[in-house]
Order: sequence, then structure tokens, then C-alpha cells
Amino acid sequence: MISLLSGDRPRSAVLSVILLAILVVLAAAPFAFPGAQALNTAAKICVFVILVASYDLLIGYAGIVSFAHTMFYGIGGYGVGLALYGWGATWVSVFGGLALALGLGIVLALAIGLFSLRVRAIFFAMITLAVASAFAILASQLSGFTGGEDGRSFRVPPELRPAFKLFEEPVLGLDITGKVLTYYILFATALALFLLALRVVNSPFGSVLKAIRENDFRTEALGYRTVVFRTKVNCLAAAMAVVAGGLNALWLRYTGPDTTLSFAIMLDILLMVVIGGMGTLYGAVIGATLFIVAQNYLQKLMAVGAAATEGIPLVPHLIHPDRWLLWLGILFVASVYFFPTGIVGRFRKAGPH
Amino acid sequence: MSETLSDPTASAGSAAASASASAVPVEPIPRLPHDRLPLLILPVIAGVSFLLIGDPTTWITLTLAGLAMGMMIFVIASGLTLVFGLMDVLNFGHGAFISVGAYLAMTALIPLAGWVQVDDLALNLAALGIAAGVAMAGTAALGYAFERVIVMPVYGQHLKQILVTMGGLIIAEQMIHVVWGGEQKSMALPAGLRGAILFGDVAVEKFRLVAVGVGLVVFLGMVLVLNRTRLGLLIRAGVENVEMVEALGYRVKRLFVMVFAAGSALAGLGGTLWAFYRETMTAALGSEVMVMVFIVIIIGGLGSVGGCFLGALLVALTANYVGFLAPKIALASNILLMAGILLWRPNGLYPVAKR
Repeated sequence: MISLLSGDRPRSAVLSVILLAILVVLAAAPFAFPGAQALNTAAKICVFVILVASYDLLIGYAGIVSFAHTMFYGIGGYGVGLALYGWGATWVSVFGGLALALGLGIVLALAIGLFSLRVRAIFFAMITLAVASAFAILASQLSGFTGGEDGRSFRVPPELRPAFKLFEEPVLGLDITGKVLTYYILFATALALFLLALRVVNSPFGSVLKAIRENDFRTEALGYRTVVFRTKVNCLAAAMAVVAGGLNALWLRYTGPDTTLSFAIMLDILLMVVIGGMGTLYGAVIGATLFIVAQNYLQKLMAVGAAATEGIPLVPHLIHPDRWLLWLGILFVASVYFFPTGIVGRFRKAGPH
Repeated sequence: MSETLSDPTASAGSAAASASASAVPVEPIPRLPHDRLPLLILPVIAGVSFLLIGDPTTWITLTLAGLAMGMMIFVIASGLTLVFGLMDVLNFGHGAFISVGAYLAMTALIPLAGWVQVDDLALNLAALGIAAGVAMAGTAALGYAFERVIVMPVYGQHLKQILVTMGGLIIAEQMIHVVWGGEQKSMALPAGLRGAILFGDVAVEKFRLVAVGVGLVVFLGMVLVLNRTRLGLLIRAGVENVEMVEALGYRVKRLFVMVFAAGSALAGLGGTLWAFYRETMTAALGSEVMVMVFIVIIIGGLGSVGGCFLGALLVALTANYVGFLAPKIALASNILLMAGILLWRPNGLYPVAKR
């Protein structure tokens, strides 16, 4: 078990319990919650765990701020989606599309990295922002190929469709349909990639990344070519984001700019990483889970509050359900100032080591 | 004094001193050679596109439109690059000031509706001036608060700066929704500034002339303040070495907040111009321009006002020419321009020496 975690334990009793609970709930989600809404939430958490963990490799471990993470997420989504749309609903399309997307994503990450990582970290943030926005515009402009703003709906391979049944008999009272099968593909991939990320950050490579984050000048003086390490981790994170995008497309059976490329998703990822705890991969799990659950239920709560404060000037506008991002923005700034290590850091400080 | 003058030996001595000074010429303080090479890109791009376009009328129209757009982008970007140069803070929330400026100008124009609708250039310009003034005052105050509350605790920490200024952008955009509502607003040009003036075959939109004028005034004003005033001297010294300025007894913190407020006011002015140019706006007005602004200040060299001016013109002209010649790759033209320039000079055209 410890070797699976690469020796990087949660280091807090409360944290371990929460993480274990999340793992168990996600693993049992199709059996525990019969509704489509709950399973959608669980699937989204799995996808975002990959996405946020890969982003944490960049921001939390290497100290690189990228705004192009949704671009890679989108490349994965469009790669799998357009392949299934264009080549038919086969497994060849799924893997072919994913392979093409991985290739494109890694080449782009390499190009951006070589252009901007050798100068200054702040360049990277701006350049990724520019490239990602150009990519988003490109995807919506090439409507003949990508479906433009409407995106593309497509069919998935027969084994993943809701009508498909793996066994004749229900297992534990649940029909193992294609949808459940897809969910377990998402879950298993998320778990595997998360463990891989843990492996990476606890390897010598990961130690160099942390050294770069703390003092890149010193690291370079010690003889490590920092630009090579930065570029490598950038490519690795991009590849993980591509896989997350592909899985998301497989789950939604749809790919469009709003679900993959929009800047709002980039902000969501940032919020999840910071609230969960930068530089602690477990923070990615906690941040993603908390954020997605809050996203689904906070808005309902705010609607109740807005209705209750009807008549008071300004207050109903402040807690209007559409303004939930305002409160998350405030939480975000506050957590950067007061809890720079996020929820995970808090637990680790409080609990025994 | 008179004694010294009447003393022949003293005057002889000073004469000898001046004679020896003229014999051995005093070395003037070496100046940095002017780097004029990047300036050549502008005529090269204009010339090449002239050959490709062929038609002089079209070319002049495109060039003037590009210059006007470049000036607006310069006004927006200049504050950002100056703040970065002085305090090493890259304000990702700059876009919020652009939007707030535009909304403030819109609000200020509501009571001035009479001045806007009447076809009288003087009254129109006065209304425009008042709107811009309100926008600048409002964004300067907001910038002051932003520096004190959001930025000050994280000086020197790049990662946190990016994160908190991004958070500030989210909060400010959401607050615009709360105050002004989420729907798209329209921003009508004053009557006397609508339409175009014809010079022979060349049509020039009147508002673009105003934008070019404002941009030139801001650029010249910044150059004069930076090079001819004591404040400018301090700012330039601060860009070179903050600690030394502090050691000489100046309150750098106060300088910081002044420059931050001034940069925000420029963003507000730019936002006003940009909203008039687009004639519609949403809270995301600023963040949409920011991508272009970032490209401009990267091309110009972070922290350099002259580089920012050149970069803004380059980006706007290239976008206009390519948009006419090959609309399909127009979107990528800015990125390609940036890539090309970074290949040539990895720190931008006019990198600030210390970083």
C-alpha cells in the first residue's frame, strides 16, 4: 500500500480518513447512488482529479503557472471526440484519436516550453494565456471541422453505450451497463494516473522540480539544466490533461468549446489547486471533490438566500446564484494569503505527523 | 569673491586649469548606444504589406486603422508595463480596470446625453473628456485600493502575485455584474465623431483620429514625465534598482502606489476609448483585450515604455494587414509575430536591463 503511494503518505489522520472516504465513495458510486446526476458528479470528480493533479505538478511542484492547461484538456476532448465523429464509433477511433491528441499536445507543450520556459516564469504565464486563447478562437472558428460553438455530439463504441450489458444478471442489484463500464474506465484511469503522479513527485526527478520551485538559480548552479526539467514536467502535465480531456469526451459523448476550452474551466482548476493545497497531490483530490460538490449545491443554497433577502438593496444581487464565482474568488484570494498550503496543509499542521 | 577675481595668480591658475582641460578633453559620461534596429521592423512590415496589397488607398486605410488601434492598445498596456518595470508585479487584474473604466465612462455619459447627441464637435469632445476623466479618476482610486489590499502583501512572490491578481480580476468582474448588471451594454459615439472624413479616396473614421491623438499625447506625456521630471527620474531609478533609491531616502512604497494608480488610470482611459471603438461592452471587455496587451508587452520587453509603444503598433498593424491579406491566419498572426520576435530577442525588443 505504502509503495503504491510511493512512500508519500497523507501524514494526517483526518486527511487519511477523508481521502479514504472519497476513494470508497468514488469506487462504489454506481452502486451507492442510482441517479444519473450523482454518477455524473462522480465522473466529473474523476476527470478533474487527473486534471488538477497534473496542474499541481506544474504549479505546486515546479512553480510554473500555466494558463494553457484547458487547451490540452480540449485537445484531448477534441481528439477523441472528432475521431469518434469522423471515423465511426469504434475502439480504433478512441485510441487513434487519443494517440493523435497526445502527439499534438506534447509537441505543443514542448514548443511553448522551449519558447518561454528558458526566459522567465512570468513569460510562461502570459504566453500560455495568449496561445490558449488563440487556440480557443481557432477551435470555434474552424466550424466545418470542430462543429464551432455548437461542438460535436458523437456515438461511443457499442460496449460503452447505456444499452449494453456486460452480464445477463444484475450485480448487487445493478445492471452493469455501458455507462457503468465507462465510469469504471474513468475511475481506474484517474486512480492510476494519480498514483503515477505521486510516483513522479517522489522520484529524484520530483526532487529536482521542488528544488527549482524553491530556488532555480541554485538548482542550475548544482548542475541541473532547469529548462530541461521544466519542459519535461510541462509535457508530462500536458499529456495527463489530454487523457483527462479524452475521458471527459467519452463520458459526455459530446465535445465543445464550453466543456473543454473555456477560460472559466481554467479558473476552476486554479481554484481547486489552491483551495486543496498546492504542492500536495492529495490537495488535488480534496480540492476537486469539494469544488465540484460545492458547484452543484452552493448555487441552490444561494438561490434560497437570495429569495430570503428579497427587498434589501444590493444583498440579493450579491448572493444571486449567478454570483457564486464572486464568493469563490474571495475564498481564492483569502486562501492564497492565509492558507497557502490549502486544506491539506491545514490538516497536516493540525494533526500528528 | 572679488579678491579671488583680482588675484592675478589665481586667475592665471584657473586659466591654466581651463587650458589643460581643453588640452586633455574631459571624457563625457558614456551613453548607452541607441538601439534603433527594432524600429526598422515597422517600416519593413508596412512596406512588405504595401507590395502585397498593391492598392495604395486600401493600404493607407488599413495603416491608419492599425495606428489608431495600436495607440489604444498602447494606452492600455503602458500602465501595465510600467508597473511591472518598477515593482516587478505583473498585474493579471489589469483587465478589470479596463472594464471598470469603460463602465464608469458609460455611467458618466448618461447625464451628458444632451452634449453627446448634439452635432457640435466642441461639446462632443467635452463630453468625451469628462467621461474619460471620470473613468480615470475612478480607476485610479480603484488601483490605489487594489495595490494596498491585494498586491502589497505579496511583493516579491511571483506565483502568489499571479494568483491573487487573477483572483482580483474574478472579483472585480463579478462586482461589475452586481453593480451594472450582466447584460451587454451599448456605448454610442458622440454625434460629431461618427462617420469618416474623406481625404481623396481615403476614408478615415473620425474616432480613430481622436484615438491617435490621445495615444500620442499619452506617449509624449509619459516620455516627458519620465525623462524631464524629478518624479520620472525616481521612477527610472526605481526600475534600475529599487534598493538604491530606498537607501537614498525616498519612500519607494509611496512611489509604487502612485505609479500603480497612474497605470490603472491609463487602463481606465484605454478602456473608455476601447468601449467607444467597439460600441458595445460586457464585463469581459478588459479580459478580452488583455491577451493582445500581454503579447504587446512581451514583444516590447517587459517594463519598457518605448518597447510597449513599438510593440502596440507592430501588433495592431500586423493584425490589420494579415486580416486583409489572409483572414484565415489572422488569428494566429499575433502569436506568430511574438514567436518570431522572441526567437530574435528572447527578452523582447527593448529588454529592461536589470532582469
